[in-house]
Amino acid sequence: MALGTLVGLFLGFAQISLVTPVKKGAWLTTHFFRNAPWLVLLFYCLFLLPFQVTVLGLTFPIPDWIKATFGLSLPVMANVSEIVRGALQSIPTTQWESAASLAFTRRQTLWMIILPQCIKRMLPPWMNLYEILTMATVLTSIVGVNEMMSLTRQALSAENRPGLLLAFYSYVLFWFFLYCYPIARWTVRLEARYAVNI
Amino acid sequence: MPATNAEPIVVVRDVHKSFGPVEVLKGVSLEVAKGGVACIIGPSGSGKSTLLRCINGLVPIDQGSIRVGEFDVHTLKTDAEKIALRKEVSIVFQQYNLFPHKTALENVMMAPIHVLKEGKDEVRLRAAALLKRVGLSAKADAYPGELSGGQQQRVAIARSLAMRPEVMLFDEVTGALDPETVKEVLNTIKALAQDGMTCILVTHEMRFAREIADQVYFTDGGVIVESGPPAQLFDHPTKERTRAFLSEIL
Repeated sequence: MALGTLVGLFLGFAQISLVTPVKKGAWLTTHFFRNAPWLVLLFYCLFLLPFQVTVLGLTFPIPDWIKATFGLSLPVMANVSEIVRGALQSIPTTQWESAASLAFTRRQTLWMIILPQCIKRMLPPWMNLYEILTMATVLTSIVGVNEMMSLTRQALSAENRPGLLLAFYSYVLFWFFLYCYPIARWTVRLEARYAVNI
Repeated sequence: MPATNAEPIVVVRDVHKSFGPVEVLKGVSLEVAKGGVACIIGPSGSGKSTLLRCINGLVPIDQGSIRVGEFDVHTLKTDAEKIALRKEVSIVFQQYNLFPHKTALENVMMAPIHVLKEGKDEVRLRAAALLKRVGLSAKADAYPGELSGGQQQRVAIARSLAMRPEVMLFDEVTGALDPETVKEVLNTIKALAQDGMTCILVTHEMRFAREIADQVYFTDGGVIVESGPPAQLFDHPTKERTRAFLSEIL
């Protein structure tokens, strides 16, 4: 999520760039990854990335979970990019104009004037995305990464007692809720903090 | 009033500007002396605001020339050049356009710190002095959303002054205000003009224009129909169009 957010932020900036190739490139990247199914991207990364890399004679294996993280960060990046673009464009152009008239550079305007006003608008969709991503981590079980779902299934098959099914899956749901809820609360707090009479 | 025979600091020559098929400025020329006050009046859509935006390089012109101090505005290409210009020429907008996430004081401090790269402590003192000058010391820590329109506009004026500009442009700064608060903003501008600041105002406040201006320009349909000292233009307009406009408004 952090990786996807960071890259997505810059991709979002690039989407409002004045340099046409940058803008077009960012647009294409965003829409390509946003409109691709997460599972396909996951498979893609798992089979396309090498099993190991050799740097200066040393061989490092790339574990599946890293590939899976990378695979999931691609759609996150694309979605964040759109969240950022939407928020940036929702700020009245008069803010850009007034910053320009005070001799701010475009970069200064973006970082100091436009982006701080965007945070409040970006938080709810960002939180949505974060929860969707959390839910999507179970996808990685399909490509063989040990996450909660695959562990649960292993435990269930080891026990071979159908009666436990409900209890186990309830337990999983409970943990997901426990993981997501505090973050949801935290974003609500953040929203309140950035809500200064705008 | 300062002598009008001083060297002109703003020279606009035959400026043309089109937005798509619409020609907004059709050859506008004017001159403002250093320390002088020019008022531009005229009906909506006559290109007044566009002209101001051209003078500080926010809107590029198609034809003609604009000179402000040592800058040939129409030749400025890079952002760095435009930024150098905008340190000299500041504009105040009708809709104030304060930064809503910063307090009044921070709004005034931002540009000097980040653009002029001045020290924070020094800027804070200067910003506080500027807020005092526009009569808003008590509101330094208020956010724009907590201020009235007139107060916001005065903060916007202080924010522009913080850049120590040579020329101030006012784009219908009282247009969005109620009659009572108009006065507080106009008094602020008047004090500025009396201190020798070069001002170009687009305004609908005729009485104010008459009182403050050295030269009044009446624009309509993208051209300057008539210009002259306020007494002459308001009391003895020579053009039929000017007379019609003034009789509507006065």
